[in-house]
Amino acid sequence: MKARVHVMLKNGVLDPQGEAVRHALGSLGFDGVEKVRQGKVIELDLAETDAASARDTVTAMCEKLLANTVIESYSVELV
Amino acid sequence: MHAAVIVFPGSNCDRDLAVALERAGAKVSMVWHKDTEMPAGIDFIGVPGGFSFGDYLRCGAIAANSPICRSVISHAERGGYVFGVCNGFQILTETGLLPGALLRNAALKYICKPVGLKVETADSIYTGGYDKGQVITVPIAHHDGNYNVDADNLARLRGEDRIAFSYTDNPNGSVADIAGVLSENRRVLGMMPHPERMAEALHGNAEGATLFAHVVEQLVHA
Repeated sequence: MKARVHVMLKNGVLDPQGEAVRHALGSLGFDGVEKVRQGKVIELDLAETDAASARDTVTAMCEKLLANTVIESYSVELV
Repeated sequence: MHAAVIVFPGSNCDRDLAVALERAGAKVSMVWHKDTEMPAGIDFIGVPGGFSFGDYLRCGAIAANSPICRSVISHAERGGYVFGVCNGFQILTETGLLPGALLRNAALKYICKPVGLKVETADSIYTGGYDKGQVITVPIAHHDGNYNVDADNLARLRGEDRIAFSYTDNPNGSVADIAGVLSENRRVLGMMPHPERMAEALHGNAEGATLFAHVVEQLVHA
């Protein structure tokens, strides 16, 4: 089973990289981009076959390592 | 006074930190990240600057979960002294020993230059050799030193006099110009600037040496 984890800076935490990307898009002529937030995607191949158990395990991984919940939020998607 | 300095793959200020502690009179043991226990009789742990584990995932995240860090955390939880500089500060926030997190610098650039640091409190073994309000010059060298903490924790840090140092001219976007913070029991300090790189006359000045001298003096007499 594969899991995909999306990690984003929490709302309210300034994202200077997203802001730099927004400026660059504007200078390329892509108008109307009001906000850009940059995050990361982490894909995991798991031996686990039970979806509920996989979700629990990946959530624990996010809490312990994959995200820093002081500044980041995460979501887990099983694929 | 016996200090340990942790060495991670990618640490690059470990020797600077060890030399600064030794010149202040400490006995220093270098401790490899795969070790699971500190040498016996350690009074003080230094977590050095650098790029532990290549800054993969997040700065300090992998180091914070390495075997030796469990021992660093239990040392701190027993009331031991832990001092993190630069990447060491990032590691200490990742372990949860210090509040907040270090984000990418607001201007997105790596910054390496001497900065003015205001001593915000003299109430710790680290800052007791300075006067409250004194301004010292110490270099920074980081890409991710933008200290972020939520409003509740900021109010707590201020209320408990736990902001150790602030920038006189904020270089990186840190909340409230914060350059270094203390733990609740005032025994854990994390700071982005490098006092170990301003610790003897050949460095330009020796204002950083005061920190190490005071730490050693206090722990020798403890």
